Amino acid sequence: MEWLAALGRAGLSFSARLGRANLLFVAMLRGLPALLRRPRLLIEQMFAIGVLTVLIIAVSGIFVGMVLGLQGYHILSRFGAEATLGVMVAASLVRELGPVVTALLFAGRAGSAMSAEIGLMKATEQLSGLEMMAVNPEHRVLTPRLIAGIISMPLLAALFSMLGVYGGWFVGVGLLGVDDGTYWAQMQSQIDWNEDVVNGVVKSFVFGVVCTWIAIFQGYDCVPTSEGVSRATTRTVVHSSLAVLGLDFVLTALMFN
Amino acid sequence: MSKMRQLEILVGAFMATGFVALFFLAMNVSNLGAVNSGDSYKVLARFDNIGGLKVKSPVTMAGVEVGRVIDIYYDAQDFRAVAVLGIYSQFDQIPDDTFAKILTAGLLGEQYVGLDPGGSEQVLKDGGEIVLTQSALVLEEVIGQFIFGKAQEGAQ
Repeated sequence: MEWLAALGRAGLSFSARLGRANLLFVAMLRGLPALLRRPRLLIEQMFAIGVLTVLIIAVSGIFVGMVLGLQGYHILSRFGAEATLGVMVAASLVRELGPVVTALLFAGRAGSAMSAEIGLMKATEQLSGLEMMAVNPEHRVLTPRLIAGIISMPLLAALFSMLGVYGGWFVGVGLLGVDDGTYWAQMQSQIDWNEDVVNGVVKSFVFGVVCTWIAIFQGYDCVPTSEGVSRATTRTVVHSSLAVLGLDFVLTALMFN
Repeated sequence: MSKMRQLEILVGAFMATGFVALFFLAMNVSNLGAVNSGDSYKVLARFDNIGGLKVKSPVTMAGVEVGRVIDIYYDAQDFRAVAVLGIYSQFDQIPDDTFAKILTAGLLGEQYVGLDPGGSEQVLKDGGEIVLTQSALVLEEVIGQFIFGKAQEGAQ
């Protein structure tokens, strides 16, 4: 009987959290007009979320591209198809690795920081303080973060893919001797703008919404203690990663079937 | 320089970098930068078997791409496949007795349409049709013929 009650409690609390998350999302969207009057808030968040994440994205992008170049070369040269190295590198980056790895890094770098910050604001009653001053904390604190995350993610993913392509080019053309012209020409003839690049951007946009939403909700909904904040941070990373990987499958199935 | 101003500059640089990356993906990685979106005219070609030919497969002449396959459909009247070839407008001097065949790039590569020009004075116009065609080489049929030929040799 005990575990049945526990199961019911867990189900109800899950449902309630989901409901709160959705209500919070609507509340944040309501803050859009207020944000347009204060673009400065958005710029501050773009810096904290976008600019500070560039370095890790850039470094990982280059290395992922280099590994793809190395692995791809060894596999493709077995079939005498080194010429398609550029296609392989670019397709895997633009379609999958760019959006997904960027989202995972984003969740670890920006998402966790975001929930810790919001959670600590809640724990130190800064959010209640804002409310006391008749400032809507959802509009003032959360909306700029959400929008900044949504804008940053596609740009970061594009940066990741671009540097990855150059990383693959460095290893393939520079070190392993694939022809420079073939690398780019094969890539350009095989990669389609609508089918590959735009779908990748759509993916990273969706991941941007989901990752930022999860980070903000976990911070805003945390138990206002130091333990609660630490749990919220952990949950942000775990839930975002799972959501990204799960959604990636769904989106891929929808786009490339 | 105030702190806010510094932030603005960094965020602006970040946005610019992101858009440059997107532009790079568009122009250098994908086919958007290629000139194939220009004007083209349509030419029909009927094949007994198109094999693995797909929409967007290249149409080449002497190895140079002169167009793309725009559409492929089945003609129920004469039981043949019709490939609509979009030839770029600058290649408007193709004789109307040109021979179209479906070729394969490499042993396992993708299939494309190769055009061999004929000697006619008339040139192909928009909506024209290439009458002389050769179907795709289907590996199973070739192997089948080979085995059949061997068997006949053995019977004699």
